[in-house]
Amino acid sequence: MSHADFAALLPLTIVSATAVFLMIAIAIRRNHKAAVTISLIGLAAALGSLALAASVLPRQVTSFFILDSYSFLYMAILLSAAAFVLIFAYDYLNCREEQPEELYLLVLLATAGAMVLVASRNFASFFLGLELLSVALYAVIAYVRTESISIEAGIKYLVLAASSSSVLLFGLALIYSESGSMELSQFTATVTRTAGHANSSLLVTGLMLVLTGVGFKLAVVPFHLWTPDVYEGASLPVTAFIATVSKGGMFALLLRWFHVSGGNIGALGLVLSIIAIASMLTGNLLALRQTNVKRILAYSSIAHMGYLLVALLAGGALGAAAGTYYLAAYVVTILGAFGVMTVLSGSRWEAASLESYRGLFWQKPLLAAAFTTMLLSLAGIPLTAGFLGKFYVLTAGAAASRWVLLFTLIVSSTIGLFYYLRIVVVMYAQPADPGTKRDARALPMPLPATVALAALTGLVFLLGIYPALFWDTIVAVTRNLG
Amino acid sequence: MILPSLILILIVGGIASWIVARRSEVVARWIAVASVLADLFVCFGIWVAHLGQSRSTPERWFVECDFAWIPQFGIRIHLAVDGLSLALLLLTYFLGIMAVLSSWTEIRERVGFFHFNLLWVLAGITGVFLSVDLFVFYLFWELMLVPMYFLIGIWGHERRIYAATKFFLFTQLSGLLMLVAIITLAVLHHQSTGVFTFDYQQLLHTALSPRAARLLMLGFLVAFVVKLPAFPFHTWLPDAHTEAPTAGSVVLAGLLLKTGAYGLIRFVLPLFPGPSRELAPILMTIGVIGILYGAVLAVGQTDLKRLVAYTSVSHMGFVLLGVFAGNEIALEGAVVQMISHGISTGALFILAGLLQERMHTREISAMGGLWETMPALSGAGLVFAMASLGLPGLGDFVGEFLVLLGAYRANVPLTVVATLGLLVATLYGLRFAQSAFQGPNPHHWKLPDMRLREWAVLGLMMVCLVWIGLYPQPVLNAVRPSLAAAAKCIPAGNCQEIKR
Repeated sequence: MSHADFAALLPLTIVSATAVFLMIAIAIRRNHKAAVTISLIGLAAALGSLALAASVLPRQVTSFFILDSYSFLYMAILLSAAAFVLIFAYDYLNCREEQPEELYLLVLLATAGAMVLVASRNFASFFLGLELLSVALYAVIAYVRTESISIEAGIKYLVLAASSSSVLLFGLALIYSESGSMELSQFTATVTRTAGHANSSLLVTGLMLVLTGVGFKLAVVPFHLWTPDVYEGASLPVTAFIATVSKGGMFALLLRWFHVSGGNIGALGLVLSIIAIASMLTGNLLALRQTNVKRILAYSSIAHMGYLLVALLAGGALGAAAGTYYLAAYVVTILGAFGVMTVLSGSRWEAASLESYRGLFWQKPLLAAAFTTMLLSLAGIPLTAGFLGKFYVLTAGAAASRWVLLFTLIVSSTIGLFYYLRIVVVMYAQPADPGTKRDARALPMPLPATVALAALTGLVFLLGIYPALFWDTIVAVTRNLG
Repeated sequence: MILPSLILILIVGGIASWIVARRSEVVARWIAVASVLADLFVCFGIWVAHLGQSRSTPERWFVECDFAWIPQFGIRIHLAVDGLSLALLLLTYFLGIMAVLSSWTEIRERVGFFHFNLLWVLAGITGVFLSVDLFVFYLFWELMLVPMYFLIGIWGHERRIYAATKFFLFTQLSGLLMLVAIITLAVLHHQSTGVFTFDYQQLLHTALSPRAARLLMLGFLVAFVVKLPAFPFHTWLPDAHTEAPTAGSVVLAGLLLKTGAYGLIRFVLPLFPGPSRELAPILMTIGVIGILYGAVLAVGQTDLKRLVAYTSVSHMGFVLLGVFAGNEIALEGAVVQMISHGISTGALFILAGLLQERMHTREISAMGGLWETMPALSGAGLVFAMASLGLPGLGDFVGEFLVLLGAYRANVPLTVVATLGLLVATLYGLRFAQSAFQGPNPHHWKLPDMRLREWAVLGLMMVCLVWIGLYPQPVLNAVRPSLAAAAKCIPAGNCQEIKR
């Protein structure tokens, strides 16, 4: 390995080193503020090193990693998302007397896992990254040990993720036994060949099993059953982490290796289309009757993953760019939404039930306005990031003439609007009883979280109003995919 | 720069009145009036400058502004105004002022946020009437929904949440279908010319296969007929109109419905002339069904606001009939109908609001003999009821007459049936006037008559209606060039076939 190889791996190295350093620091002396500072500095340094290492791109490091502008863009998204999660986690954990330091450690490890996923070009690194992410998540979901619901969610995730990983591993083994290669790039090759001459059944079976594992991480129908329970059980910052970093990393991998420029991807395309349609409809329909905001957002995330699959299926240069834009918009929006929820949570309870938002607008107008912005962005109302994301996805779909997917998207996002509006309605209703204010609302807002929320709200509008800047980068980055 | 400033004034005015309302509610209301008034004057200025001296301006647009926005997709903030949009903008600001004035005493809670939403709806409507870039048009089309949703959902009556959500979902679904049609049109244009653009003028020349044109037209049509609303898509309207506060009803009935008709004239006819011609008989039939259906249902209503809401369905049927009759007379009639319906229905909603404020009910059966105690208000009610049923000399008559005149050339049987709608209109108009204002006063109401502010509002609206009823020529002159551009796309084949 040359110097340039090390330079290209710098972001990954920095995040891992930060995790080790943090572990030692905790062993020496527990200090919450120090832990969060170390983690944030580590993430910031990794982000900075992306710019530094950009000069040596694109570069293939050993047979494990491919580091190009695409993986760096996704790493940047993941690192920033993780940083926002940590900022929200700090305030959240600060008012709960526990030993919070290890959470940062686990989050850093999981982030490293997601980054490995983004950069992997080989079955081995793919699986390693996935397990690094999953194992850290098991612990982090069950982190709040005083809550039985968290433990339940952790065990549920543990069992399901472990079995899905083994299914995935089996699929990889089948593919390897047939082709004798561990390259991820054979996915696209297999896919495009389907139309021409018959693939062996082993390859196709293997591919489907791999899709199971990928689908589980993305929580698309029919692998979505864990989502609402885990979202509800995990503490709010952790939920935000699952929704952004874990799903984002896996989507980056999916987009890179299943993206086909022609658009005609045969049987696999059919399977993915069915998954996309089922996810969009199921997610939005099941969210209608929920009264817990975390569960609503869980189901809505299933639908949003369906929208992302539409971009993937649209293919072409436009499809990949649209998918990336949509993901970035979704990450910003959902971070903002969970951020607001975190800020509103008191020291004993989480602001998860719909009732805890009653009349919020008349007590904390700015916070409610930020939450409204996030919800409208999720619903895809103009001037927000979500709208332009949806616009790009629709354009990519229309360019590829995928009408069934587009109409499902339209119908399901109209259904989706209904439950977003339900939350909005509650926020603008009369306060339950104006005499007694809930404890969290009376508290002053923590400064770091406020700044982070303001930044996220600004980003939602920036992505929704002036996309030109970001879009050019994305198009340049995704041009040489597929 | 004049055109963006129209929108900006309203946006800034809305924010200002929200902030100021914490200190003084009266000042907030005056800020709202002032900002709408400023826009009204700007539009008058454009009107005088461009319609006063030369009748036949060679250019398509009076004023235009054009900035790049998202260059990768050829999206530009392209705003332009011609006679049609100018007339509708004047209506928008006129009714906007009336809406603010009519909620002066009705809205007492959250005054600042109310005016913020009201002005932002007006800003969205302004954007809809101004934009000639289809993407920007869609943007404003959606944006005017959100503040309207809040207006109904926060300050509405009993079933406000249901009505607001229904309204939002109907328009959102149809709007998204239009968005897909817009995008597909742009993609097809891109594929045939290599240029990605959403510009109206350029998309006009897109070569489309008949099948594609038909499907795309349906996408646009759905959005506009839901907003209009035409017969099978009208169910959101009675709920939304009834539950909204007075200002909300005025804006909904007076302006939001007009955006649907405007979209038909501005986009559907010129962009898809072929399919418009093919579907014209069906759409005219739907229009006639709407006329009769709305009128018949209006006769049966006991809730005053619901009655007025159903008359809107009926009147919008005339607009649909006129737009697709395929000749310029009917189109002009449709536009006059749009404007005078905006004023007369707006006035009826304000009247209903005044009655509700005094009597705390909208049930017609609870009224009766009001002339005794409120002669002025009852007189005004009679005038607007007459306008709504199409009495000659008032605005609605001109519109309906021109529509029927034009539609007669296109399709005689349909026109004959549509005329029956006028008969039913007489029924509901007179029934309302009689059971609310005339007769004995069984409930012994003792109510204050109109105040000065209310006199000003209703009086101004009466003057406008009489003016349009007696001398509609300025309006016709203003909109004629734009309508000619729209009607040019429909060669008069439609009516010739019938004659043969």
